[in-house]
Amino acid sequence: MFNICPGELVYRGLKRAGINLVASVPCVNLKELLCLLSSDPAIIHMPVTREEEGIGVCAGAYMGGRSPAIAMQNSGLGNSINALASLNMLYGIPLLMVISHRGTQGERLVGQIPMGRLTEPLLKTMGIKFFRPRPHEAEETVEAAWSIALNEKRPVAVLLDIKFWEGR
Amino acid sequence: MRRIDAMAIIAEVADASNALIVCNLGYPSRELFSVRDRPENFYMLGSMGLASSIALGLSLALPERVIAIDGDGAVLMNLGTLATIASFAPPNYLLVILDNRVYGSTGCQPTCTSRCTDLAAVARGAGVRDVKVVSDEEELRMSLSGSGVVVAIVDPGNADVPVIPLSPEEILKRFMERVSPRMRRS
Repeated sequence: MFNICPGELVYRGLKRAGINLVASVPCVNLKELLCLLSSDPAIIHMPVTREEEGIGVCAGAYMGGRSPAIAMQNSGLGNSINALASLNMLYGIPLLMVISHRGTQGERLVGQIPMGRLTEPLLKTMGIKFFRPRPHEAEETVEAAWSIALNEKRPVAVLLDIKFWEGR
Repeated sequence: MRRIDAMAIIAEVADASNALIVCNLGYPSRELFSVRDRPENFYMLGSMGLASSIALGLSLALPERVIAIDGDGAVLMNLGTLATIASFAPPNYLLVILDNRVYGSTGCQPTCTSRCTDLAAVARGAGVRDVKVVSDEEELRMSLSGSGVVVAIVDPGNADVPVIPLSPEEILKRFMERVSPRMRRS
């Protein structure tokens, strides 16, 4: 249905939103997106060692006038909870989180299942808004998610499950 | 060297060079507030371990000099930060680790630097090119003009200073108001 790969649709959404610094920890599904980010001279792409570190980097970038996002796997949400609560939510620091949601329908690795199931409940418990776009909605949703984060001064998540990366 | 005296030197040098400061939570931030409060100081109230990361994001966003003041316990919680600092190596970035060998704000429980961990060696091993170790006030003052990582050996113990009377929103707002004229248009 689409000639454009899902990663590029997410990238276009980030560009439309004006995102200009992205911290990342890789997921195989984010492969194309991370390549696009690295080759864009208008975006500072910062591979970090752990997602929580990326939350800190993005907060600092926002304080310095950048529009930050983090690209990570949902396992990284678990590594970031204290920072999201006691940095972003405490001070009112916006953040766009682009999350590859593993452990969803079609997952082949048993180790991804527990966090796959916990991802939505964790976001709900924390009061973090999240969206689940289909590929054709991705550009618009990513842009809208950043605008909500900025207006409400909070983290907002875009969850991209296995179906999404298959183009469905 | 007492930590509060180290804090006063860092704050004085930062003020003279118009540098932004991101300071570790707990007593370190309270001591910094009491020796020299300024809007360019970002006082952390949570997210232990992220002072160096917040400062790194700032240093890439802005041309201004940025100093992260962190502790040994907090850096041990986010050791990966040293590798990221090494790989980006912004010339306007300095991480000062005030190593007092204990978790000072929680009752002085020993950290691993009290036994065998050498944070300067860890920083060098992570690839940070400019790493200094200082143990007195003069050495500290001299080390603050560079970039990279400074490990300052300080005595354990907290000064008797009050809690910072600012809300998180106030800390962020005044910091960003002071920083915004300097922001790079991109």
